[in-house]
Amino acid sequence: MAETITIEVARYRPEQEGEPALQSYEVPLNKDWVVLDALNHIKDHVDGSLSFRWSCRMGVCGSCGMTVNGEPKLTCATFLSHYAPGPIRVEPLKNFPVVRDLVIEMTDFMEKLQSVKPWIVRQDDPAPAKGEFLQTPEQLDEFKQFSMCINCMICYAACPVYGLDPQFVGPAAIALAQRYNQDSRDQGEQERMDVLSQHEGIWGCTFVGECTEVCPKDVDPAGAIQQYKLAATKEWFKSFLMPWSKQ
Amino acid sequence: MTDSLSSEMPSHDVLLVGGGGAGLRAAIAVSEVDPNLSVAVVSKVYPMRSHTVSAEGGSAAVIKEGDSLDEHAYDTISGGDWMCDQDAVELFVNEAPGEMLQLEHWGCPWSREPDGRVAVRPFGGMKKERTWFAADKTGFHMLHALFQTSLKYRSIARYDEWFVTRLLVEDGRVQGVVAIELMTGKIQAITAKSVIICTGGCGKVFPFTTNANIKNGDGMALAYRAGVPLKDMEFVQYHPTGLPFTGILITEASRAEGGFLLNKDGYRYLQDYDLGTPQPKPVLRSMELGPRDRLSQAFMKELEKGRTLEGPYGPYVHLDLTHLGKKIIDTKLPFVRELCLKYENIDPVSELIPVRPVVHYMMGGVHTDIQGATPLAGLFAAGEAACVSINGANRLGSNSLTELLVFGGRAGRAAAEHALQDKPLSAGIEAQAADEKKRLEREFLHKSGGTEPIAGLRGEMQSIMEKSAGIYRTGTLLEEAQAKVAELKERFRQVAIQDHSHTFNTELTAALELSYMLDVAEAVVECALHRTESRGAHQRIDFPRRDDERFLAHSLVSHRPDDRPRVEYLPVTITRWPPGERVYGRPAAPAPPG
Amino acid sequence: MKPSTAYRQYHPKWYRTRVSTLWWSRKWSYLKFMLRELSSVFVACYVVILLLQLHALRGGPDAYQGFQDWLKDPWLVILNGVSFLFVLFHAVTWFNLTPKAMAVRLRGKRLPNVLVAAPNYVAWLAVSALVVFLLTRQG
Ligand SMILES: Cc1cc2nc3c(=O)[nH]c(=O)nc-3n(C[C@H](O)[C@H](O)[C@H](O)COP(=O)(O)OP(=O)(O)OC[C@H]3O[C@@H](n4cnc5c(N)ncnc54)[C@H](O)[C@@H]3O)c2cc1C
Ligand code: SF4
Ligand code: FES
Repeated sequence: MAETITIEVARYRPEQEGEPALQSYEVPLNKDWVVLDALNHIKDHVDGSLSFRWSCRMGVCGSCGMTVNGEPKLTCATFLSHYAPGPIRVEPLKNFPVVRDLVIEMTDFMEKLQSVKPWIVRQDDPAPAKGEFLQTPEQLDEFKQFSMCINCMICYAACPVYGLDPQFVGPAAIALAQRYNQDSRDQGEQERMDVLSQHEGIWGCTFVGECTEVCPKDVDPAGAIQQYKLAATKEWFKSFLMPWSKQ
Repeated sequence: MTDSLSSEMPSHDVLLVGGGGAGLRAAIAVSEVDPNLSVAVVSKVYPMRSHTVSAEGGSAAVIKEGDSLDEHAYDTISGGDWMCDQDAVELFVNEAPGEMLQLEHWGCPWSREPDGRVAVRPFGGMKKERTWFAADKTGFHMLHALFQTSLKYRSIARYDEWFVTRLLVEDGRVQGVVAIELMTGKIQAITAKSVIICTGGCGKVFPFTTNANIKNGDGMALAYRAGVPLKDMEFVQYHPTGLPFTGILITEASRAEGGFLLNKDGYRYLQDYDLGTPQPKPVLRSMELGPRDRLSQAFMKELEKGRTLEGPYGPYVHLDLTHLGKKIIDTKLPFVRELCLKYENIDPVSELIPVRPVVHYMMGGVHTDIQGATPLAGLFAAGEAACVSINGANRLGSNSLTELLVFGGRAGRAAAEHALQDKPLSAGIEAQAADEKKRLEREFLHKSGGTEPIAGLRGEMQSIMEKSAGIYRTGTLLEEAQAKVAELKERFRQVAIQDHSHTFNTELTAALELSYMLDVAEAVVECALHRTESRGAHQRIDFPRRDDERFLAHSLVSHRPDDRPRVEYLPVTITRWPPGERVYGRPAAPAPPG
Repeated sequence: MKPSTAYRQYHPKWYRTRVSTLWWSRKWSYLKFMLRELSSVFVACYVVILLLQLHALRGGPDAYQGFQDWLKDPWLVILNGVSFLFVLFHAVTWFNLTPKAMAVRLRGKRLPNVLVAAPNYVAWLAVSALVVFLLTRQG
């Protein structure tokens, strides 16, 4: 018999039970397996009713975020052997309502994302046929990092401010707003500023920095939030000292 | 249950099944035709999770001086072994630059030249450098740019995590779909005047694939069941460089940047297969930059000669990037390095990467014309799910992402025009939807006592497909597969479902996906069996030659209830490029007279 | 176990985990966050003391002397000491996040974080030195 490892999975079947409970499974401890492979092994061969999201299995679609031994992780990029001899505990991402088993509810984020206008805003609108907007590699570098976000929700799961105040726009949405603000082709910073300033939440963030710590794609949302705060403060001073300058 | 389906049957002008690159491009195109048209994007995963996200290498369009539309067309047509419809290809290469610039205006972070213009890289089978890229996460950036841009259109309604189970067809035209809302389990009809299928490929029919879990050929099967023929389903592309076990793709860009393929003796074996002579720097349309079908076939020949290496997950060869140096790897191929480090514990800066051919792309798909229209009124298709066809017998790398834009846009506009004709809903639609709901409950949700586990059936299907419909095929093996797939379809009636719940029931969706894949497998095997020649990605050991006399034609396979599928042929459209020899790595022979 | 509301078909019943009371003890970064939140109490105390000081100043030399005596109360010394530590803590936090807020570039390359944060510390040292200088000169 090959080596095995115990994996404790949070099960929640809303049609049968009132709250989640852990269920243990033994899975082979294959050195090439990630946590997601173990979950699939369970689903295919032990218990077909286990529900979780996944798709690409290469860390780019952002579906498979879960809590592994207390830490938010992309399960397709988290090796079983890392946790040997076990047990490994797999739970849904924190700070989100649980729909079922390991599946969380994330429409809140989808709405917040839309609210920060994550698209190029232009006052003029030159036809594409006229050629590309020029952008040097250095200008690209200004926002590239923030454009790497895969919307995996891992930063939200690690953010205590979001946990305490779900109104908080949150790390990834702010990073994506900043991604467009910093894009040399964009002219929408003011509009986005107006949206982001509507809610106090952003000032609730006192730089915990966990979002950047856990982000699997090195997006550095904490940096984006600080950049945004700095811009907002400048804006505030400007309107305070020179109220006439407001366009 | 008393709730009727009609009480709240949402209706739209245009409905898209699928929110990947093709679906989102089409959705925006509809809104641009007329912002008053209501668009529904129905997708079984959140749109930004669609598999377009994983495309790495790039997207082709002529933009630089010294390149020409004709050359792009020729590379595409010869790469497709003359199976491409040349009118479609001409239109494709013409519209490609405009679409790519549009995406640039929508914010896609293309990699740039120092002067701020878009940068291009070489790619397999392309004679000129014309592949636009966003480092090596091109698909990711394209999809997110499209998705985020789509958020600004008020007329686009999204049905995120809704799983389509059937097309509603009445009076000879499609009028909507039935879908399951995964969150609640509600089975719901959504009606529309036009429907566009953008469900992507079907790599999961095979065991080793670069494709995601969600690529099950759903849309192909939906159309097939509705009587629409599938086209060229025998042409399945193997990509020569996937990681063993996971099948994760190591992008062709790694060879474009100068990577070598080495057999177990450290020898650049491609030189033995009429792909040119080895040079230290990459040469376009030569050696490692030959087309994918030829490279994958060369691997099989090396395997036969016993010159591959053997690992726990089967034979493999080496991809060598070490001579490129850390700087090139980190700026041009950062994702390749990340994937190798994370999934294989290998650092390509100093180590060789183990690779093997893996199933990557489906050239075939739902039969459409150049507007993306299928023979069924109101039904359109675009993207990997469709076959226009510009990919012929072998797709060139980086043409597919561009295809999503060009033909996604065209299908969107055509579907919008069709919707504006404004035909009323047929009376029978509601009853049809109610039937579908009953079917899903009878066959899956309320069924108990099934004996066939989903994973077992799926595994058997995948292994017979690899064995008989893989890189090299024979009549005997294909016949075996034909019988096996039929048997699996029969056994699927006894599929075991343990999960009878309504909330996010992923066992139900896995079963439905398996049923789609079995239909797709049937179509692949049937077409492959009928095509008794070798062309592009379809290589028959028993018929090793290309036979333009009989087979310069697309296969059209149609579903027949209670019978074997029917296979017919449709001549390939030739405009300016008469069929010739496919030549790589040496000067082409003078064009044949005529 | 709490009795749950009953499930109704097609109506999702989400489970919401409550944030545990001791969540902040799980991680040093969370603890730091809570400490920063907590610091507001001390900052408030400091403001009150400052106001009292102003008040005493207006009340004439005697009142001010009384205020200064009151300041020597060990409790107040501790309170001020703690406030001071928190202010230090805040200063360090904010200094460390300057590199996050401003991506400083030199010849196209992003400067490493330490280098961006360093001038803050240098300025801090300089100002502290100046204050010490002024104080010692008087005394
Ligand atoms: C690893 C990899 C790398 C690649 N690299 C390149 C490259 O460098 N260059 C290039 O040109 N091409 C590349 N390709 C090919 C290209 O990425 C794909 O062909 C293309 O992205 C397919 O896009 P699509 O919009 O057709 O489908 P997808 O992006 O796959 O989207 C399918 C959509 O359909 C939805 N859907 C499916 N079934 C259902 C259902 N039953 N109900 C509801 N919704 C459903 C899904 O939710 C999804 O939104 C690559 C492919 C892979 C796998
Ligand atoms: S910022 Fe990072 S952790 Fe947060 S959603 Fe994006 S990729 Fe995930
Ligand atoms: S499965 Fe796509 S990120 Fe993990």
